[in-house]
Amino acid sequence: MSAFFTKSMARNIFYGGTLFSVLLFLALTFHTTWTLPTRDHRENLTEQVARGKHLWETRNCIGCHTLLGEGAYFAPELGNVYPRRGAEFVKIWIKYRPREGVPGRRSMPQFDFTDAQLDDIVAFLKWTSEINTEKWPPNIKG
Amino acid sequence: MQLQYKSQAVAKPYFIAAIGLFVGQILFGLIIGLQYVVGDFLFPAIPFNIARMVHTNLLIVWLLFGFMGAAYYLVPEETETELHSPLLAHLMFWIFLVAGALTIVGYLMVPYASLADMTGNNILATMGREFLEQPLPTKLGIVVVALAFLYNIGMTILKGRKTALSIILLIGLVGLAVLFLFAFYNPANLVKDKYFWWWVVHLWVEGVWELIMAAILGFVLLKITGVDREVIEKWLYVIITMALVSGLIGTGHHYYWIGAPGYWQWWGGIFSALEPLPFFAMTVFCFNMVNRRRREHPNKAATLWALGTGVMAFLGAGLWGFLHTLAPVNYYTHGTQITAAHGHLAFFGAYVMVVLTIISYAMPILRGREANPERAQVLEMWAFWLMTVSMVFITLFLTGAGILQVWLQRVIPDPQEFMTVQEQLALFYWLRWMAGVVFFIGLMVYLCSFFAKDKPQTVETGEVQPAAT
Repeated sequence: MSAFFTKSMARNIFYGGTLFSVLLFLALTFHTTWTLPTRDHRENLTEQVARGKHLWETRNCIGCHTLLGEGAYFAPELGNVYPRRGAEFVKIWIKYRPREGVPGRRSMPQFDFTDAQLDDIVAFLKWTSEINTEKWPPNIKG
Repeated sequence: MQLQYKSQAVAKPYFIAAIGLFVGQILFGLIIGLQYVVGDFLFPAIPFNIARMVHTNLLIVWLLFGFMGAAYYLVPEETETELHSPLLAHLMFWIFLVAGALTIVGYLMVPYASLADMTGNNILATMGREFLEQPLPTKLGIVVVALAFLYNIGMTILKGRKTALSIILLIGLVGLAVLFLFAFYNPANLVKDKYFWWWVVHLWVEGVWELIMAAILGFVLLKITGVDREVIEKWLYVIITMALVSGLIGTGHHYYWIGAPGYWQWWGGIFSALEPLPFFAMTVFCFNMVNRRRREHPNKAATLWALGTGVMAFLGAGLWGFLHTLAPVNYYTHGTQITAAHGHLAFFGAYVMVVLTIISYAMPILRGREANPERAQVLEMWAFWLMTVSMVFITLFLTGAGILQVWLQRVIPDPQEFMTVQEQLALFYWLRWMAGVVFFIGLMVYLCSFFAKDKPQTVETGEVQPAAT
């Protein structure tokens, strides 16, 4: 870079460009927040769904699974597990995980949930599956 | 050779802790890499989710140690004044180390749900989100350490010479601390949770961390090449402009499929497609500065790390990021091993390598010599190649696994179940694990390089030399 492009010009472009980008990002965020209610169906976000999310977090489910594609890639995507498997299958699956795992296979821990807690988790997964994700994932397998 | 400023010495424990935690990170990486193919390995003692959390959290913590060490080392030299409070820096070191160690012990010894109960997660729920799994007291500790650190660095810059390089570093560090506050925002609405979770994760690694990285790299190149400061700082401004202009709106590439409006596919796609530019500029910058060097610095290893950072950051963060950043591609690759491949090479190429660059440059000086003895440098360069090449192979194997996964699970007419697909990827996972073992060997060679001495006649003690200016 030759002499006509000075350090102070570079600095001004940095501050100007950054300020512009921050403002644009905030404007887009504002608009996104504005439109989210029609996409996340928050009218269905019950206390039970919130309890389910709390259980999801405190068992660190994201440490193995993905949820809407984010998380670890060790275990299946769960954003669409509700339509894929249905409520009963999910509850039975979680409930009967062998404590010592399955020999040689990836295993999910036994979390000793009560039936009410299992209902909470299913409610959370059901609500999650109804988010408008622009048709992701590509198919029901996740 | 002596330190120009005595207080720079506080950087040393930070660097040592960083390397120690790095070793822990790789050990847990080997555990989870093995669990991918031997599913019940260490189950139920250390389930995958716990080991992965240790792997990723140790990475974050050791990089933060590295950044703080780098700042404590370079800010006194840049500002031409002693650090505001070396005592505070020492105190924060111990607080951060103990908090970090207790957190890891907590992860390993206590079931995660009990840990959450014990640490006040029911008062303010912040845990259980990827990379932000830390208990509330740890998160608060991070805030305290970050504030004390910023105060210390800020006061030093305030009383001393204000170079562009140190200001860029400071902007990056302030951004790091401020954006971390979004870790405390965890609404019950998953979409809002995810949207602002990225304000920590993306705006760190594809935003403000790039400023920190550019400043560290600029500092090392300034020292080892002797190129004019004006040139280097001009380059830095160009790099960080590109980083923030592409990276801020580029956050949108995480908003495609999490419930945000569809227009993010355009905003995120176009701007994140530009994200390789700052990394490419860094590559050109590194080679350009080294080619135009005005001196032959005896620390060849540091030069190698600096050039390596320039190349690998571009490959990992730039190229492998671009690979799956456009929405039509990401629709198929999102949340597969492609993401894991990119994550590994990007973190290694950009942030691991820049921290190892500053350690390589500064550690010999902190130990009283301008450069390490020949044999130590040779070992360090072996470690460089072993770690870098094996990480490239880890990335290639994960990319292979990812392509196959996308094909079997998402493209073919009769897509297969997740676990059915995973079993067919075993070969790639075994190869990845073996590359991981080589990486670990490289890391051991790296550790050895700190203890290698030359034959007696070439040992340089340096105590009697005048301080370099």
